[in-house]
Amino acid sequence: MAAVYKFKPYNVGRWIIWSAFAGILLMAPLVFTSNLSTTMLAQMGIAIIACLSYNMLLGQGGMLSFGHAVYTGLGSYMAIHALNAVSGGKLHIPVSVLPIVGGLSGMGFAVLLGWVTTRKSGTPFAMITLGVAELVFAMSLMFSEFFGGEAGVSGNRVAGEAFFGITYGPQIQVYYLIAAYTFVCVALMYAFTQTPLGRILNAVRDNPERVEFIGYNTQRVRYIAFIIAGFFAGIAGGLGALNFEIVTAEVVGAGRSGAYLLFTFLGGATFFFGPIIGAILMIIAFVLLSELTKAWLLYLGLIFLFMVMYAPGGIASLIMMNLRVAKFGKLRQIWTSYLGLGLTAFVMLAGAGAMIEMVYHLQLNSALGDTVKFMGATLNAKGLDSWFGCAFVMLTGLGLFELSRRQYMTEWGEIQTEIEKEIKRRETAV
Amino acid sequence: MSTTYALELKDVRKNFGKTEIIRGVNLAVEPGERVAVIGPNGAGKSTLFNLISGRFGPTSGDILLNGQRIQHKTPYEINRMGLARSFQITNIFPKLSVFENLRCAVLWSLGYKYTFFKFLSGLKDANERADQLLEMIRLDKKRDILAMNLTYAEQRALEIGVTIAGGADVILLDEPTAGMSKSETSRFIHLIKEVTVGKTLLTVEHDMGVVFGLADKIAVVVYGEVIAFDTPEAVRANAKVQEAYLGSSVADSQAGGH
Repeated sequence: MAAVYKFKPYNVGRWIIWSAFAGILLMAPLVFTSNLSTTMLAQMGIAIIACLSYNMLLGQGGMLSFGHAVYTGLGSYMAIHALNAVSGGKLHIPVSVLPIVGGLSGMGFAVLLGWVTTRKSGTPFAMITLGVAELVFAMSLMFSEFFGGEAGVSGNRVAGEAFFGITYGPQIQVYYLIAAYTFVCVALMYAFTQTPLGRILNAVRDNPERVEFIGYNTQRVRYIAFIIAGFFAGIAGGLGALNFEIVTAEVVGAGRSGAYLLFTFLGGATFFFGPIIGAILMIIAFVLLSELTKAWLLYLGLIFLFMVMYAPGGIASLIMMNLRVAKFGKLRQIWTSYLGLGLTAFVMLAGAGAMIEMVYHLQLNSALGDTVKFMGATLNAKGLDSWFGCAFVMLTGLGLFELSRRQYMTEWGEIQTEIEKEIKRRETAV
Repeated sequence: MSTTYALELKDVRKNFGKTEIIRGVNLAVEPGERVAVIGPNGAGKSTLFNLISGRFGPTSGDILLNGQRIQHKTPYEINRMGLARSFQITNIFPKLSVFENLRCAVLWSLGYKYTFFKFLSGLKDANERADQLLEMIRLDKKRDILAMNLTYAEQRALEIGVTIAGGADVILLDEPTAGMSKSETSRFIHLIKEVTVGKTLLTVEHDMGVVFGLADKIAVVVYGEVIAFDTPEAVRANAKVQEAYLGSSVADSQAGGH
């Protein structure tokens, strides 16, 4: 009985978190009311499911897949074909369950292709996923009846009978369908992490050899996890088909697979909620950042690079590390350092960004003249003074940033030792 | 008495390329016996364990576990038939807590297999067994610490815990006390004795004091062959063993006094 009692406060916290999550999903379109934001929110929901399903492989199973878009993409295709069958009166299912059609087909393809892929782990696994992804993409160009060739396959989601007046005509109705799927899928994927298979999957990630000696077939563990991940990926794909009403070959492409990997990693593969952050960032980057600047992929690449080098646990691990500091009441000691880091980083990035923008301008838009607008300033891309000014700003920022980084690192180190001491003290007190 | 041995090796051979590492090993271990496998470095002790536990297949010969052939089975199949092993180099799940390490190791034996429609927190038997194991290996205070943050001796204890967790009745321990101090070793041997009561135990060990204190029988492996397999007294008196391997070690351990 003692063990049951001990878990109680934890469960209360869990109720609060899940209610808050549901609340956010419900309220978000009421807060962000523009057309653009509704579209973005819908895409975020889809991306959350896709990235979490990807992290089932990467973060939980240690499987670095370069071809996850195969399962989201084929789910999309199957769903849009099913949608067209519904429109044509050949299939009698409600539009609301089409994402499940996507999910089941994602799962089916995972059963088929995963059989080959999950025979190996580590680098061979990664290589095989890459091969499978290339294979499927090549097939998308060959079989245009199914993949729709260059134009893709389009559909109309206002099909079948309206259910309580829900036609999925307005974007907001699609959003709520996606939100409902997002909530259920996130809950199910979280639940998976708390099951025997979910935990053994972690063990396979940590030390596959030892798992073989405690009675488990690691290939089987990877295969089942791969199939489950394929199912959720397919659901994300099916929702995508309904959301965009068009599916083109790029949904199974390497770019999409790479984006899942990149943003899952950025968000943080070591914590369950990390990919959720990653998915939100993915949509912000794809929709907003790409509008803002032509150099957005360069910025994304740089962020990824620095993240891998300095914070391999992603944003989620940064949050958790600071939460730990906050829990011991030491965040007060360090917040000025954060302020310093933030300001100096801003100065440095402003300088660097201005130069990057000027280079892009010279390469792509030089016909439009030499002036570049950057953060309210007007720069001359061919003017020496602009370049000197930017370099000066960047170098000043860099110098100051390095100073505040050193200051921060000492403070951070001190706080960590204090926390360690505190933990020791509490241990001995017990 | 029953005629089936807990573990039986019949003319087991293993080649790596052209090199013959195990050159016809015969060994028959009665249920409940504690056997220490000794021998100089490179004699093939670890290879022997790897063959028995299914890490490699033997080139020829038979290996029988409770009378059933296991020489062509995978490690997980052999484990399910009741044989568990530990490793010379600590081999645990570093990013899982101590408790999770043990719980993972009990899941199969309790029949949970690849279940994903039950919550771990609801598996009363698995949780109780894992907590019980925590106490047995004296790590109950480290329950929620990640395995990678344990001290070396604690990791060795966890290694043993993971090995015995599934309730296998034949246990192979590959140098369980490697790298431990004298005092840690004696405490650890006590622990091993305690947690393997009633089980068949094979252990590779270098410390002669430990060997003579722990084992019912000693198997001496030299150049891929078992040159003697007998009680400690008989092995100590065996001229072939003294000549080939023990010599000064025996004299030392006798001089050191028990």
